[in-house]
Amino acid sequence: MPSNLPCSHKRVGAVEWREIAKSVRSVGGRLFALWGTDDRDRDGSFRVYAVYLQSGGVAIVEHGMEGGTKPTYPSLREYFPSALRMERAIFDLLGIKSMEPDHRGWLRHGGWPEDAFPLRRDFDRNSQFAVVSRPYPFVQVEGDGVHEIAVGPVHAGTIEPGHFRFSVVGEKVLRLEERLGYKHKGIEKLFETMVQKEGHRLAARISGDSAVAYSWAYCAALEAVTGTICPPRAVQLRALALEHERLANHLGDLGALGNDAGFAFGLTQFSRMKEDLLRTNQTYLSARYLMDFVVPGGVASDLPDDASRLLLDHYRFLEADVSAMRNTYDNHAGVQDRFRETGILSQETAYNLDAVGLIARASGIPHDLRSDFPWPPYDKLKVKVYSQPSGDVAARVALRFDEVLESLRICRALVTDLRAGNTGTAVPDAEPGLFGIGVIEGWRGPVLIALETGPNGSIRRCHPHDPSWQNWPLIEYAILGNLVPDFPLINKSFNLSYSGHDV
Amino acid sequence: MINTLSRMIRTGILTEEVPRPPKGDLPIGELQGKVRRVLGRALCIRHVDAGSCNGCELEIQALNNPYYNLEGIGIKFVASPRHADMLLVTGPVSVNMEEALKRTFDAVPDPKLVVAVGDCGACGGIFGKSYASRGAVADVIPVDHTIKGCPPSPVTILQAILETIQSTHASTNYHL
Repeated sequence: MPSNLPCSHKRVGAVEWREIAKSVRSVGGRLFALWGTDDRDRDGSFRVYAVYLQSGGVAIVEHGMEGGTKPTYPSLREYFPSALRMERAIFDLLGIKSMEPDHRGWLRHGGWPEDAFPLRRDFDRNSQFAVVSRPYPFVQVEGDGVHEIAVGPVHAGTIEPGHFRFSVVGEKVLRLEERLGYKHKGIEKLFETMVQKEGHRLAARISGDSAVAYSWAYCAALEAVTGTICPPRAVQLRALALEHERLANHLGDLGALGNDAGFAFGLTQFSRMKEDLLRTNQTYLSARYLMDFVVPGGVASDLPDDASRLLLDHYRFLEADVSAMRNTYDNHAGVQDRFRETGILSQETAYNLDAVGLIARASGIPHDLRSDFPWPPYDKLKVKVYSQPSGDVAARVALRFDEVLESLRICRALVTDLRAGNTGTAVPDAEPGLFGIGVIEGWRGPVLIALETGPNGSIRRCHPHDPSWQNWPLIEYAILGNLVPDFPLINKSFNLSYSGHDV
Repeated sequence: MINTLSRMIRTGILTEEVPRPPKGDLPIGELQGKVRRVLGRALCIRHVDAGSCNGCELEIQALNNPYYNLEGIGIKFVASPRHADMLLVTGPVSVNMEEALKRTFDAVPDPKLVVAVGDCGACGGIFGKSYASRGAVADVIPVDHTIKGCPPSPVTILQAILETIQSTHASTNYHL
């Protein structure tokens, strides 16, 4: 299967669909993504795809089912609990059911009729329906003194919308149930109206804070199906952009976490560092946020001639500032009191519930695709994977510090060893009916783009997957037994994407 | 504590050291002066994300960093629509956020201003209208001003907030 990572592909029946999941789980593999497709126009079938990450690389398992009146497939929830929400999303968009009892709408909140399924080929993307809002049955907690706190979808800050339903006694959280899907914008359906050469622009806007990761994943998928090899300088610049994206987000989070712990000084310092980095992006990489930097075949702009020395200077100053702030955070009793033992996600829970990316590493599960299956140019960079054992807010803070410093090392290595040559190459239109996978380790964790090509350079199907799918349910566990006022701190320490999840 | 204080002193006041903003934008110092002249008192803004990709949120958050000194010029972000003079709305309005956006708009006391931020908020952007998106903010609630950009820079956003206030003052007896 064409991909930027080692990738295998297998077609299976319903029984094997579950058996593979069981055997992947038994050898410590992880469920990475799950989605469905309407292929009734081609062979009368619906299909579901599961992607696993295991020691040999990425494994794609495909299961087809008859497109009759009630297409169903076996659920993977028993082996991978994170599958449940993805299966609910598949039903909302395609009308194919997993054999699981929970079919409450996840992405469909009443914005389109129950018998209309947007990702079916016969559904018109431009249909508009009046919203028919329905109550959503949250799981109720009963007992003396238990009450509910409903938060959202509009939150009290400059953040994305989602709903949290807390069941509390006093200030202690007994249960949290999330409801997401508010930002569903029909991105997958929109991909099907775009040409292959334009898809990277939409990919970059799946989750704006991961624009480089997504646009690179899209381009990697397209380049894999067309057999395009990017020039070395182009992939180095992509990696530089990806590391800048990691740095900017980690710096922003470190500041916000200090602020949520009542230490505004941290926010001031880190937001200054972040702003400096964004301005450096503007000067050397064309924009503060690199929405349209990664393009099929390479990158949109080259570094100016004088950039290397100035970038290296910037990294040196930033490293000194971050190290000093780490010292300040580590030695501040009040901050540490809020960070430590707050929002613990144990290694066992993280493993059992399929944690990925940054959150997994902060709970002692050291996976990073940049090191596990390094694609160019990471094959030459020897990325060191950090992890923290304690799984609390303090661990997620410490891990961000570790990763900022490692990213700075990578940036220095990239800038010092920048190859001469072109920053791009032409990408031909792919043949119809090809299937490719692009996987990139973004700052939050691995993001995936699965691309199926149509005739005349069109996109037949494109599925993006955000690590937030796996990590959102974990907050429901990390919050248990904590106080309601610690929720913003815990939530920020996860900093998951709503948009990347709701697509 | 000594370390913290000495870092504060060494960092200095960054607001005075702002580099030249990108072409076409007003220098920040001039903008700040105008906001003070026009407003005379604090402008309270409530941000609502109606379905954005979260890019615009990052730039709105950046307005609170020390370079822009937003609160220093009398603009602050508030936690409730009931405290707000202005709604800053990002994103194409997703169908699932339509009702929440309308309710938030209704919760802001009159008189109120609405600014749609970013290409998506201004005209639907890359997402446009579909089964899941209502497109521009103006297709759902009344909008006074739009800000283009994907995402617009903090300076652009600040400038547009100011323009909104100025044009409102010029055209009506609108008292903020």
